[in-house]
Amino acid sequence: MAMKSAESIFSDAHLDVLKEIGSMGTAHAATALSKMVNKKVTMPPPNVSWLEFQDVANLVGGAENVLAAIFVSLSGNIQGMMMQLMTVEAAHNVAELVTGMKPPSDRDIYVFDEMETSVIQEVGNIMLSSYLTSLAGLTNSQIKPSIPYMCVDMANSILSVPAIEFGRMADKMLFIESQIEIEGIEFSGNFVLVPNLHSFYRILRSLGVE
Amino acid sequence: MAGNMIVVGMADLKACKSPGVLTTLGLGSCIGIAIYDKIAKVAGLAHIMLPDSKAIHNNTNKAKFADTAIVELIREMEKLGAKKINMKAKIAGGAQMFAFNATNENLRVGDRNAEATKKALQSCGIPLLASETGANFGRTVELYAETGKFLIKAIGQGIREL
Repeated sequence: MAMKSAESIFSDAHLDVLKEIGSMGTAHAATALSKMVNKKVTMPPPNVSWLEFQDVANLVGGAENVLAAIFVSLSGNIQGMMMQLMTVEAAHNVAELVTGMKPPSDRDIYVFDEMETSVIQEVGNIMLSSYLTSLAGLTNSQIKPSIPYMCVDMANSILSVPAIEFGRMADKMLFIESQIEIEGIEFSGNFVLVPNLHSFYRILRSLGVE
Repeated sequence: MAGNMIVVGMADLKACKSPGVLTTLGLGSCIGIAIYDKIAKVAGLAHIMLPDSKAIHNNTNKAKFADTAIVELIREMEKLGAKKINMKAKIAGGAQMFAFNATNENLRVGDRNAEATKKALQSCGIPLLASETGANFGRTVELYAETGKFLIKAIGQGIREL
């Protein structure tokens, strides 16, 4: 059987279903995050799109814009990786919200100490797990995320990781764009989902794609 | 950024004559392959993502793979008057961006990209003058066609010449 090109495989209807997964995930994530920081968290339904790598880089501030990324690799029925991308400022805001401490003013903005890294990883982990729980439910799959890893670097360097993983089959990735607001402090929570080839078709099948 | 800077995207390659400057932004696990002919003053830069075109079905973009990108880059440089015998290479990139203990070999793709690039240069007979690959940070590179100068920039590390 000839496989459809992954470039053209998503119709608007499929994106709607993926958006639904995103919305459900967002609702779970907002609840979980709200409990963790004990503050009101709002997340409107996300935009979900199937984009060229370069367009993703442009949406997150350009190729050399420095981002904080939280990464989990996925095993189980759906394998691959998922990442949350935040601006460096947003990552500092999250850390401050949880620890109640501001970073020293003489420190480079790109530097996060051990405590801050751990907090940001944990918040990222909660958000990613919320999305993955929705995805697992909808596709009737078991998804086991790894522990979270954090990286602070240029957008293109970070995006090279999913780009390479998915580059084996296509030059696009699933980009979930959401705005998170915690008591008036807004930060963008963007997610990149990159299933491997086998898992990609599993997701499509469960979305009703022949 | 200088006005004569030509940007090479991900899975892309370009060649230019002096005084052009080639750059590629934020190499992570990808490799930037810089080839220079100092006699013709012709520069070429490729930004490859994967080691081997033969292992993949989706392989129409030659610039995506170490093996095919180098052959194509040499061809583009020859069109501008460069000679293969005068070409020398420098490479950068191949980082492991997330510091986990990668047991899955797909996640060690930075190392594999670096190895494949070195092998492909060797089989094309292009000497490798210098390389800076691996570690866990992204790199932007610039290649100056006038002098062959090859610069690496990384966050929090400033600019250095390779």
